[in-house]
Amino acid sequence: MTKQQANWSPYDNNGGSCVAIAGSDYCVIAADTRMSTGYNILTRDYSKISHLAEKCVMASSGFQADVKALQKVLFARHLTYQHQHNKQMSCPAMAQLLSNTLYYKRFFPYYSFNVLGGLDSEGKGCVFTYDAVGSYERVGYSSQGSGSTLIMPFLDNQLKSPSPLLLPAQDAVTPLSETEAVDLVKTVFASATERDIYTGDKVEIVILNASGIHREFMDLRKD
Amino acid sequence: MKLDTSGLESFPSLISHGNDVAGEISAPPSFELPNSNDFDSFLKEAIQMVKPAKGTTTLAFIFKDGVMVAADSRASMGGYISSQSVKKIIEINPYMLGTMAGGAADCQFWHRNLGIKCRLHELANKRRISVTGASKLLANILYSYRGMGLSVGTMIAGWDETGPGLYYVDSEGGRLKGTRFSVGSGSPYAYGVLDSGYKYDMSIEEASELARRAIYHATFRDGASGGVASVYYVGPTGWKKLSGDDVGELHYHYNPVTPSTVEHEMVEAAAP
Repeated sequence: MTKQQANWSPYDNNGGSCVAIAGSDYCVIAADTRMSTGYNILTRDYSKISHLAEKCVMASSGFQADVKALQKVLFARHLTYQHQHNKQMSCPAMAQLLSNTLYYKRFFPYYSFNVLGGLDSEGKGCVFTYDAVGSYERVGYSSQGSGSTLIMPFLDNQLKSPSPLLLPAQDAVTPLSETEAVDLVKTVFASATERDIYTGDKVEIVILNASGIHREFMDLRKD
Repeated sequence: MKLDTSGLESFPSLISHGNDVAGEISAPPSFELPNSNDFDSFLKEAIQMVKPAKGTTTLAFIFKDGVMVAADSRASMGGYISSQSVKKIIEINPYMLGTMAGGAADCQFWHRNLGIKCRLHELANKRRISVTGASKLLANILYSYRGMGLSVGTMIAGWDETGPGLYYVDSEGGRLKGTRFSVGSGSPYAYGVLDSGYKYDMSIEEASELARRAIYHATFRDGASGGVASVYYVGPTGWKKLSGDDVGELHYHYNPVTPSTVEHEMVEAAAP
């Protein structure tokens, strides 16, 4: 008798795209607000962005139940850190924590494709990009999710920053100003919405800079 | 006492007991098929076995002045290039390096874990751990996860009391001591360049140029390798990064474009 295969999968893909861009003294993190399953839209108003620490914001696409669980774990760990160290976690520290949290479920992964954005200890923008099991690297910009194959080549064209591996070392952050970066993000989502069925409805844009956190929304095509 | 070895036999008897020997010779040629119940999944598994190795090129070799370590920086997910700037040479501690091939998360996590274990060894024993010891620590961990799907093909390179050390460790549980290794889908190309140019008595400049060229040639021919070719040197005072060059630029550095004179120049046809 042939081996019986499971016909129930613990995973589902709720679609959506996220983008993050690091600047010299700011960081822009954005994600659309559509949550889908198969060909159905579950809601047009779901936030994929979570404010983990004062200078650290995470955007995640993939299976939103796993994303929610991951956000709760990270938030709780951050609370413990604050009690023990009497200070907020820095963005690079949160980046390592997220990597370890993802890897601890290496044999039953969080189906979550994350982008972490924030300001490092010098106030410069930093973006960390992850795969589902925790491998990460610091980059100048990144996109994840169903629209990432459409968005990434465009960002490469507009923002291509020299690789951090080059010697002599060159700065990875983009020379764009904050308003230019936000405009770029709006353009990118408008384009991705045209060709990706899982991206649309609204884009939530979070801007982190020295004066704090600022959130804005832009409408996208709802079809 | 005659031992019963019938349980060891895994193949049916090949000798045909029938009288139809002539019939068998004249039968049309056919492929031998395995006697499995589910031929489709057998086929899938067989393809997995011969699947090309981890999409990357890394290499390391020992020469008279120490160890040279080099790698590309491309990460691919199927046919999509997910990153061109992955750090594949991981700094375990100031005198030991590890290379990454296979699953990025597996390599990153276990190399960091190895660095922690090496540091604990230093604190407990008041001396640095040897390359032999460090590679054994990693190999034992990977062996205990054997069969669970980890994908790690790494080289541990370092300088300890016995001089330069180089080990290859993988997620199947293998651990090999050697003087020249290349790991990844681009390794055949890298080996070609590395083996033909290798001399034990090379200087550091010659060795780093050989390493860089080997990575460049592998990225040229292997689609899963590319990005930036990084070269590190491990000597008696620890490791030092020697170069990081974009392989696209290296191509024109090694193959400069010489402007040639054109005999017949094309001009726009006059409008009718």
